Amino acid sequence: MSSPPISPSQQSLSLQNNFTCVSAVYKPAHENKEEQVPAAVLEHLERLALVDFRDAEGVQRLREAVRFAERLHEVDTEGVEPMDSVLEDRCLYLREDDVTEGNCTKELLKNAREKIEEYFVAPPGNIPLPKLEERETFEQQS
Amino acid sequence: MTISFSRKDTEPMETARAAACHARGGTVPAGQSGLASWLPVVGLEIHAQISSNSKLFSGSQVQFAAPPNSLVSFFDASLPGTLPVLNRRCVEAAVMTGLALNCSINKKSLFDRKHYFYADLPAGYQITQKRVPIAVNGSLSYSLCIDNKMSRMVTKTVRIKQIQLEQDSGKSLHDDTRSQTLVDLNRAGVGLMEVVMEPDMCCGEEAAAAVRELQLILQTLGSSKAIMAEGQLRVDANVSVHHPGEPYGVRTEVKNINSVRFLAKAIDYEIQRQIEELENGGTILNETRAFDSKLGCTISMRDKEGKQDYRFMPEPNLPPLILYDAKSLPANRNHQQVVNIDWIRERLPDLPSVKRAKLVELYGILPEHSFTLLNEDGLAEYFENVIKHTQMKPKKVIGWVLKELLSYLKEHALAVKDSPVSSFLLADLLNLLERKEISSSAAKQVFEELWKGEGKTPLEIVKEKHLELLRDQEELEQICQAVIDRQEDEVMAIKAGNQKVLNKLIGLVQRATRGRSNPVLVKQILEKKLQSE
Repeated sequence: MSSPPISPSQQSLSLQNNFTCVSAVYKPAHENKEEQVPAAVLEHLERLALVDFRDAEGVQRLREAVRFAERLHEVDTEGVEPMDSVLEDRCLYLREDDVTEGNCTKELLKNAREKIEEYFVAPPGNIPLPKLEERETFEQQS
Repeated sequence: MTISFSRKDTEPMETARAAACHARGGTVPAGQSGLASWLPVVGLEIHAQISSNSKLFSGSQVQFAAPPNSLVSFFDASLPGTLPVLNRRCVEAAVMTGLALNCSINKKSLFDRKHYFYADLPAGYQITQKRVPIAVNGSLSYSLCIDNKMSRMVTKTVRIKQIQLEQDSGKSLHDDTRSQTLVDLNRAGVGLMEVVMEPDMCCGEEAAAAVRELQLILQTLGSSKAIMAEGQLRVDANVSVHHPGEPYGVRTEVKNINSVRFLAKAIDYEIQRQIEELENGGTILNETRAFDSKLGCTISMRDKEGKQDYRFMPEPNLPPLILYDAKSLPANRNHQQVVNIDWIRERLPDLPSVKRAKLVELYGILPEHSFTLLNEDGLAEYFENVIKHTQMKPKKVIGWVLKELLSYLKEHALAVKDSPVSSFLLADLLNLLERKEISSSAAKQVFEELWKGEGKTPLEIVKEKHLELLRDQEELEQICQAVIDRQEDEVMAIKAGNQKVLNKLIGLVQRATRGRSNPVLVKQILEKKLQSE
């Protein structure tokens, strides 16, 4: 037997019981005009994540992602212990100290573009990203 | 009303540290410019590879030398679809180490990801413990000889900030000629214990002594083999200098130190370098420097990428690590899944400091002797075995073990276990000496012969070389008389009151008898003869 339909106001009430302080009707905290992401921040992000924000669409997606995540600030977490794993109540499983894996050099090296005598070949150290001025950016393209 | 900050806060600790350093003259006096003296500050970050069969989060084997990429699982290679599974042995090793270093063990500790890009870190992050490590707030006591003599030892303590479990990275072999790096992931994922020490030390010697003691502790516990040459113990030093009473100076991090000896050298060099730089009006950069053991100096490893942002985040694939003690033991849990801190504490072996104290108390040897005994692998056991099989007193045995045996071992670069003279053989020899069948100089000759390892017993060698003590009183008296007759000048000197010259006569008698005379008896005979003349 299906439960009786719940009126919208009742619905928002039940929501409030589970999530403290989030209003049932969402109102963005700041309806900002399109703000520029500073070039320095972009460069820093590109360096950290090695993700290319080369074009305007990339930057727009970045802005939207930041705005989406910013909504989390509206939740009052005063005195609430952060939950950093959905496995919180689970026991961390401990494995016995036995050798059960390895010895698959051939298989692993199949993934390597270049190999020398069973070593993976990589460029010498980290190749630094060229400076912002030295490469084409979305600003220059548009 | 004036408000003074930081100086007052650092003063009590700094005074204590400075006092400790001052006690052994640790402040560095000013250079030519005659400015105020300098206080060096040294802190250590030590990575100890956990001694276990398999890795921290995977079941691949831990082994020092193996064909490249043969000890690598799919997880170690960071292939998609793999997950970390914590190795129980590594947890126990970290708890043991934490307890031995007087730490509080965190019953709940967390794992985090530390992100950076490098070819030998396939996942692009290292799983470590940043927020809540497994052990915190401990201490390590170590001893130093003052004045370069073993006779005066002082005990110092360095605070341990924390111990955390983390993954090791793979190995990069740089091939500069072909402009490439060869990557071997055998080491990737091996369990490490990072021991972070507070900057309580003031020079290379203190750091070296602290690391040596930590090495002995880890080896005694068995939690790490801690051999620096095999990369099982890696030490990075943070060094800065400042004037007493002023805030701490900018620190540099010194890496690439491959032995305890180089550790002391690298730190002392860096302290000097910083002092010279500052006295010449320069500044110290907060940078990483590599120690070049051939040149004996530190070189800047300035990174083109600038300061790293590790973007720490909780490791989502691992729930918190919960440890238990006798009181909190869960009733229905499979005991293989439970790590009991109290159970581990009860089974801790005697730490080096305890072993030393026991040796001193049991055998009446000096503290510095106990240090030497524990410093050489197997020497303490050797010593105790000799004691078991000889009538000679421990205080005399120790001289033979530390002087004769050890110097021969060092000369031939041998470990105790490879000694051609076993503890049983030495015990036999010492018994002959104790029963006064041979003199001490004859015993040394026998030892030299035994060292050749030809399988002869001490008694056989004594008989072969006729080293038995002369029993014939008459023969001895004749030899003594002959010496007295020959050495007119010395006899006159003795009669004039110079007793020390008597030793020369005794030596001559020893030589004439090829070490077969009892020096005490010889002295008696000589004195009697000289009196009657």
